[in-house]
Amino acid sequence: MDLGLGTAVVVLVVLLWELARPHARRLGARAAQAFSQRRVRADAHRYDRGRELRAEQRARALLRSCVEQEDWEMYRDLGLLRVWGSVPAGQGAGGAAYAYLIYPHKPIVAYVPATGELLSEYCVTFPDHSRPYGSSRLPDSDDVLAKWMALTADERGLIGEANMHLPGRQVDPARVAADLSRLAAWDRGRASPTRGSVRAA
Amino acid sequence: MKLLRMKPGHGEILLAEGDVQVPEQERELIEAFRRELDEGMWAAVPLLAPGGRRQAELVKRFEDVPRDAERVIFFPRAAGGAPSTGG
Repeated sequence: MDLGLGTAVVVLVVLLWELARPHARRLGARAAQAFSQRRVRADAHRYDRGRELRAEQRARALLRSCVEQEDWEMYRDLGLLRVWGSVPAGQGAGGAAYAYLIYPHKPIVAYVPATGELLSEYCVTFPDHSRPYGSSRLPDSDDVLAKWMALTADERGLIGEANMHLPGRQVDPARVAADLSRLAAWDRGRASPTRGSVRAA
Repeated sequence: MKLLRMKPGHGEILLAEGDVQVPEQERELIEAFRRELDEGMWAAVPLLAPGGRRQAELVKRFEDVPRDAERVIFFPRAAGGAPSTGG
């Protein structure tokens, strides 16, 4: 009696296993595939210094191809780009009434070229929500080029989109003062200084 | 004409390239252009201003792109940065 019952249980277990095996295989394969895809995605999103450097190199080449040679050299040498405002200075003053300093991934700083007085910070970003490598942040030089294009094309529009703050909110005024000093020295050092790029704004 | 798009972690990528004088290629350029704008991108055309200075022009329709433009650059639309994001 016991032997018969035991045999029946064994047969039943074997039959059930045979029925369940295809499903178990499929489930196992799916789990392995999901694990593999998660790992690939994680690898793609992991910070890769080489990839970021290559991206920045491409961005620098694109920036260089779009702006004036003088502006490119300014960015290369000083790490910032000056853009003249569209409103001219008063009669006899010469030049623009104000200008902007563009830094990568920092607010645009407006200032008075004649005095060095800081006017305001315009906080603006260009987030790519598709986040192709897990980040919405453009390479540094692409961020600078985006600001330059938007300012030269539609100064009012960009300033309207930005969050305006008093100077010193995010960019240290002492740093800006030092940058303006470096910029003045850079201007003096140039053989034939000409005005910057964005008079056409 | 080349349509380029700025991309995080990559720099610019080539979306489409073609001759606007060739109808089929122009159609492909228009489709790619619209696709990017539908995704919320801004489109800018680097060009020379009348005084010879370089500047850019934002365009919202393919018809507004100068026929002789070499490049249209797409980039994410501007947003006011949050106070602590480094704006």
